[in-house]
Amino acid sequence: MQTGNLLLLLVVMVAGAYYLGLRRSFALARPLGGIRHLHSLPFYFAMRSAMWCALPALVVLGLWLAFDDSIIRQQVLASLPAELQPTDASSYNLTLSKIQNVASGALPVNFVEPPIAAAAEHLQSLRQTSAMALTVVVIVLCMFGGAWAWLKVSPQLRARQQVERVLQTLFMLCATVAILTTVGIVMSVLFESIRFFGKVPVTDFLFGLQWSPQTALRADQVASGGAFGAVPLFMGTMLISAIALLVAVPVGLMSAIYLAEYASKRVRTVAKPALEVLAGVPTVVYGFFAALTVAPFIRGMGESVGLDVASESALAAGLVMGIMIIPFVSSLADDVITAVPQAMRDGSLGLGATKSETIKKVIFPAALPGIMGGILLAASRAIGETMIVVMAAGLAANLTANPLEAVTTITVQIVTLLTGDQEFDSAKTLAAFALGLMLFITTLVMNIFALHIVKKYREQYD
Amino acid sequence: MSQTTEKVRKTLARRYRAEKRFKAFGVGAIGIGLMALVLLFTDIIGKGHSAFVEYEIQLPVTFDAEVMDVSDPRDEEQLNYGNYQGVIRDALADRFPGVESRLDTRALNQLVSTGAGYALRDMLREDPSLLGETRTLWLLADDDVDLFLKANEKQREDSRLNEKQQAWVAELEASGETRMVFNQSLFSYGDSREPEQAGILGAILGSLFTMIVTLVLSFPIGVAAAVYLEEFAPKNRFTDFIEVNINNLAAVPSIIFGLLGLAVIIGLFGLPRSVPLVGGIVLTLMTLPTIIISSRAAIKAVPPSIRQAAMGLGASKMQVVLHHVLPLALPGMLTGAIIGMAQALGETAPLLMIGMVAFIVDLPAGPLDAATVLPVQIYLWADSPEQSFESLASAAIMVLLAFLITMNTLAVILRKRLERRW
Repeated sequence: MQTGNLLLLLVVMVAGAYYLGLRRSFALARPLGGIRHLHSLPFYFAMRSAMWCALPALVVLGLWLAFDDSIIRQQVLASLPAELQPTDASSYNLTLSKIQNVASGALPVNFVEPPIAAAAEHLQSLRQTSAMALTVVVIVLCMFGGAWAWLKVSPQLRARQQVERVLQTLFMLCATVAILTTVGIVMSVLFESIRFFGKVPVTDFLFGLQWSPQTALRADQVASGGAFGAVPLFMGTMLISAIALLVAVPVGLMSAIYLAEYASKRVRTVAKPALEVLAGVPTVVYGFFAALTVAPFIRGMGESVGLDVASESALAAGLVMGIMIIPFVSSLADDVITAVPQAMRDGSLGLGATKSETIKKVIFPAALPGIMGGILLAASRAIGETMIVVMAAGLAANLTANPLEAVTTITVQIVTLLTGDQEFDSAKTLAAFALGLMLFITTLVMNIFALHIVKKYREQYD
Repeated sequence: MSQTTEKVRKTLARRYRAEKRFKAFGVGAIGIGLMALVLLFTDIIGKGHSAFVEYEIQLPVTFDAEVMDVSDPRDEEQLNYGNYQGVIRDALADRFPGVESRLDTRALNQLVSTGAGYALRDMLREDPSLLGETRTLWLLADDDVDLFLKANEKQREDSRLNEKQQAWVAELEASGETRMVFNQSLFSYGDSREPEQAGILGAILGSLFTMIVTLVLSFPIGVAAAVYLEEFAPKNRFTDFIEVNINNLAAVPSIIFGLLGLAVIIGLFGLPRSVPLVGGIVLTLMTLPTIIISSRAAIKAVPPSIRQAAMGLGASKMQVVLHHVLPLALPGMLTGAIIGMAQALGETAPLLMIGMVAFIVDLPAGPLDAATVLPVQIYLWADSPEQSFESLASAAIMVLLAFLITMNTLAVILRKRLERRW
């Protein structure tokens, strides 16, 4: 039976278990003189039955679906004769996809060796058996769970406590999804990175000045290893982020100061949300704007004054990225500036300082740690930003500090390495995960540091 | 007058000037921000508005059975393999007699979109009696013709049409045999290599399925996690660890979630590439922190007196939460969820990682069909060299922004309507 139909059947059975549980609890209550003689409300008896019916079956169903494919694959490959056994990862994938194609009918049977065809048949039959077995197991579990719960219904049963405990555990499991996600991220980038560093030494990756990940198809080709020196990528990322911060920090900070200290309430209610619209625009839109409007404009400007500007200059990407993070800087700075106690302003103004002097000499120094935290958060945002640089920055890994030339960034390389034709297990694919690890560590450290500063600062005035 | 007063009075003008300057910087900064916003929107609307219309060319077409090689229009196989281009070629040759050389004939045939043939087939299927008849029809123009007709005098000079083609099109335009219609294909087709036949329906459906998966997964999980952390979690290391994780996940670059999806969901669990299901799962993990954080704020906003009153009447902790706290916090949670969904709808990078960037013509029918999403479609079109795709990308951006604006307005209205002050 198909999984969708099976789920539907499960829903029906659970509803049935609920109904039967409800009926039984009422039936038990009647001779006793009403439901007030039961330990829990009939609803809880019914819910308990439904849970007993659903949960074991769902757990088995989930585990089955997660692992049956890989187990079947192993079985099928093991059934192949020795000379067809795959030796390395790429032939493993090739053999597997051949078998699957034959099984799904995409590849005619007479195109492949007889053992492969036999394996395809084996695969088909195993799949059918697995689906059948799954259906039977799920239905049996459902029925047994429901029957067990139905039999256990008694006036003394502490059904409410049991149902509530299960619900609370479910809630807790949902909360641990956050931990699982973090663990998943760390594991996925770490394991692949370790494999990558097995092929390319860590020092070459961190300190090498040459980045050309095009590994050759044949081992004897010139430069077959590719070069994985990531310094040009780090420099490119830093260059573009620096340009972005040069735009965003002054503009964001000054808007925040103006909105917090000068603007009338009416201006504030209009200008603040308008600036925040900038944060809600999808990054792909900024990328489009950078690549098709800003970059040609800057190139044209450069040409008119005799400068040679690359069509994918770092300046265009950086400028647009700066526009994108203006609202981050301004809203974070706004928060910390308004958190500065009014007494400090009053004191300064009372001594005869003008408003701008108060801001520069009193408020700004007091808010500085918080503002630094905000800038750090914005910087980590800029480093991890992907679409703008993918669309507007180049692919060539130039080691340069000239904003008019094309540079490439960590995120651009991750996307290029993983969206083209992938060779499984090649250093090229694994390099993307190593870059991801670098990106993850950098942004994580910056965020923790920034949050720490912001938090410490907040406590100061609370 | 004392010396100090003298000193202050001397510098006063300078200080006031500095004050004015500082204020002007502030106004200037806000001006730059708002100008960027206006520039962005005008640029996109300026580029994209022309993609909502397209040009058609009027031609008298004869449904010639011999040319089409269709003897029985009720036979589906014959219909599908019919030579409709031939009929259009003949119609063009009749309209412009005197085009002799092969090069010119080919140039002439390029005026009409290759998609026009399918329109003829569909007409014939609808009405088999058309066979052998001659009808004056409006046929979809090729994208280069379309661009030429939309362009002004100056832009026409760098048109991709050659001189003869330009003359033909100008002649058609002068005699009123061209017309501008609403671009229906934009909203009724999937992607295509031909700009005039490309549409965003496939991407919209892909986005829809992805969003459904994201909503179905992230809202219940997010709310449950928020309830646990706010109402049940004991104060211990484990709870602190969960909180640290949520805060950090909120700031992890989105592309990292793509790597997670590629390595774990596709690599380990063996789900297929390019499908909305996987995209939805990845976006769920990405939006969960947003939803959890806003749901917690909504739960916190429910006053403790409500909890105490319910408990005083004998409700259990779980009953207090499910019967009283959750319904009261629901509006706040919903706005948080909508904002999270808007974020997910605009997200591109993680979806590139899990292969939702393939060229897919067919419309997806469910979350397990290969599909692309609206932002990725924009990315693909923006990258493509043909000029017509640029305005298509802008049009797609306008549609995407319209969705986002609707969602955010909905969130604001919900908040205003349902927010309760205690």
